Amino acid sequence: MSARKTVIAAFSLALTFAGLGVSHTQEEVRIVVTGSSTIAPLMMDIAQRYEAAHPGVQVDVQTGGSSRGLSDVRRKLADIGMVSRALGADENDVAATRIAWDGVALIVHAQNPLERLSDDQVRAIYTGQATRWEAFGSWDGPITVVSKAEGRSTLGIFLDYLDLDIRDIRAHTIIGDNEQAVKVVAGNPRAVGYISIGAAEYHASAMTPIRAIALGAVAPTSANVANGSYPVRRELNLVTYPDPAAPVEAFLRFASGQQVHDLISDHYFSPASD
Amino acid sequence: MHRNLRPFVNDLVVRAAVAAVVLVLAAIVMHVVTRGAALVSWDFLTTAPRAAGRAGGIAPVLVSTAAVTGVALAAALPLAVGAAVFLVEAVGPHTVAARLTRGCLGVLAAVPSIVFGLAGNMIFCDWLGFGFSILAGGLTLALMILPIAACVAETTLRMHGEDRRAGYALGLPQRRIVWSIMLPAAAPGIFAGLGLGFGRAVAESAALIFTSGYVVRMPDSVFDSGRTLAVHILDLAMNVPGGDGNAFATATVLLASVAAVVALFTALDGKQGRDFV
Amino acid sequence: MTSSQTIISRPPRIRLFRGPLALKDAVFVVVLWASGVLAIGAMAGVLIVLAIGSAPALTEAGLGAFVADGDWYPTAGEYGLVAMVAATLAVSAGALAVAGPLGILCAVYIRYYAGDVAGAAFRVVLMTLAAIPSVVYGLWGMTVLVPHIAAWQPPGTSLLAGVIVLSIMVLPTVAVLAEAGLRQLPASLYLGSLALGCARHAAIKRIVLSSAKGAVAAACMLGLARALGETMAVLMVVGNAVAMPDSPFASVRTLPANIALEMAYAIDVHRSALFVSGLFLMAMVGLLLVLRRCWGGADAPQS
Repeated sequence: MSARKTVIAAFSLALTFAGLGVSHTQEEVRIVVTGSSTIAPLMMDIAQRYEAAHPGVQVDVQTGGSSRGLSDVRRKLADIGMVSRALGADENDVAATRIAWDGVALIVHAQNPLERLSDDQVRAIYTGQATRWEAFGSWDGPITVVSKAEGRSTLGIFLDYLDLDIRDIRAHTIIGDNEQAVKVVAGNPRAVGYISIGAAEYHASAMTPIRAIALGAVAPTSANVANGSYPVRRELNLVTYPDPAAPVEAFLRFASGQQVHDLISDHYFSPASD
Repeated sequence: MHRNLRPFVNDLVVRAAVAAVVLVLAAIVMHVVTRGAALVSWDFLTTAPRAAGRAGGIAPVLVSTAAVTGVALAAALPLAVGAAVFLVEAVGPHTVAARLTRGCLGVLAAVPSIVFGLAGNMIFCDWLGFGFSILAGGLTLALMILPIAACVAETTLRMHGEDRRAGYALGLPQRRIVWSIMLPAAAPGIFAGLGLGFGRAVAESAALIFTSGYVVRMPDSVFDSGRTLAVHILDLAMNVPGGDGNAFATATVLLASVAAVVALFTALDGKQGRDFV
Repeated sequence: MTSSQTIISRPPRIRLFRGPLALKDAVFVVVLWASGVLAIGAMAGVLIVLAIGSAPALTEAGLGAFVADGDWYPTAGEYGLVAMVAATLAVSAGALAVAGPLGILCAVYIRYYAGDVAGAAFRVVLMTLAAIPSVVYGLWGMTVLVPHIAAWQPPGTSLLAGVIVLSIMVLPTVAVLAEAGLRQLPASLYLGSLALGCARHAAIKRIVLSSAKGAVAAACMLGLARALGETMAVLMVVGNAVAMPDSPFASVRTLPANIALEMAYAIDVHRSALFVSGLFLMAMVGLLLVLRRCWGGADAPQS
């Protein structure tokens, strides 16, 4: 019996000490970046590149959403917040640095032959006036309407573009992240949703059975998002308190500069050209 | 129903239920393994993630997972056993203190993980000043494991009333009875509870996003932020276009390592269990 | 949450002989009480965090706005949670109705049907499944289950999908905990029944399960708690439209899913309203525990 206890105690201790580890160097500079789950994977890559170029600096990237980014900056838990929308009027206590643009496109299943939908048709679908694909010609069956959760900026600019109120929307499936929308639409030939154009471009190239449809008349490509001709887009921002510490400012310059544009494109966003 | 058929039908029901469960579970495991196994290699286990996890491996993620789980189990074991012994030995079963404690544990069991995340973020990261760290994540998980582990430990302890009374009849002090009679007798149940708690800890993502965090660097200490396997899978599957392949590969690694650890638990446990059957 | 009723009739409470308390014993008593207080403190901590978070919404909109039979448009000042409370109960009750009996049958199988090796192996499988992240169950539900339901009864993301995925997730918890309970029964109970001429199924149904009903009920209760609090997997398959659960094929939203879905991008009162969802969930669980206690001794076995 006591042998068993010893084994278990040793096991727990070993695990703990494996965690406690060896050294905790103090002279390193640590920059904490938290916020939008849309920006976090990109920021993780930028941080890895920055750390490689600047030994002694650690950039910790955390996710959890735009609102967490703002609240962590305000609570001084983070140096930089990632916010995947424009700042509101009551948020001018922090300063924003725009790093990229992200457009929004409709997606349908690849089997759906529809080439485009007018704004009125999209409005009819999302307000529940049109409930079957027959209304638009060559596709049939009941429409499954996929929309985003309240508070997401993609929803906000989608509503703004169509001039709709959140209370007008009649959705069957409400999702959070882009990839969830992709998986729902890919699994249901009669679904329609809207996602980030970059994600749509990736999935088109990866043979995922979805297809992007433009909102408006301009083709939904990240090039058109970058040059501003595609109308439905949002900005991806980094926010800090005004006059950040020198290492934070250096990192901000790096993250909004030319040297990370390839990473931004790798993540299917469009670099903000200043 | 004819009387003679009844045992046959009853046995059939049990076996059919087990078969159905095994089939469904096998389908899910196959779904993961067929998509992930081909991508698992020595390199995958020993290198760091690149391109937001779409390329590269999961080495730092494995280490962080072991550390977070270790902290969680090390903290949950004494907490859970302590709470259970408190309920059995320190207070009567129907006293206010007992009901309050049991009620609190019951409610705690149903708190959604994201609420644990927000609470852990506020308590451990902010108020106690641990920041986003493996320590904060592990302690948050310990609170999540606590109800399940304490409940099982209490149930098990209560089933050894006779041993307990025998101890008292011999005039042993309470401390000796608990330490030398009740805890050894209840060990299998405590381990079953801890095993489930281990599962819950390894599977957790929402609570950890807010506490131990998202960083994929190799952690130096428990005060570093570190991403666990479940968080990695969640991010790759839901947030990174093109992350599905490595998400399934990571899930395959997670399944294999959990099966290994649980088998170890069972082996430790098996010897003990036999004494009582 | 667990029973005090066991087959062993409860002895009068044994009091410690109150001689001069040795230091070690005193320390022991202090540690015991500290453990109890810590358990309560953990719950209090969570409650305090939720209360702090909820305060702005509760002061601005008032509790009435949340229980009123209204819609949920928190950015437009509508905070009705009733439909989500109903959906949470429906999904969890459905999951327990499936996973409870199946889990108990699995526990019985391990204990009384399988040989040593098969039983241990099945247990390892169950415990491994308890450790699969909910996102993996969710992915399976989303990419395999939901499309099948969608082809039959669109939109596919539905209460039914939630119940199925959640049953699978809760089952290992119920089975492993119930098995741990069965294992604690004295072997003489089962063997004695057989020796007296009981058939195996009768011994299990009438003797074993009724003796272990406390542990079995506790297992089901923890399974239910797990179901009530489950977030990610449910969020991925139930559709999340805020509506009363009036059909198994309808899209519904549970309280935990509500929090996870909107918390990341919510600000101000909206964010605070999500904390209120958390409070509601905890109040629901508390109420369930009280109801269970009031309901005739509370330890009715589940099958």
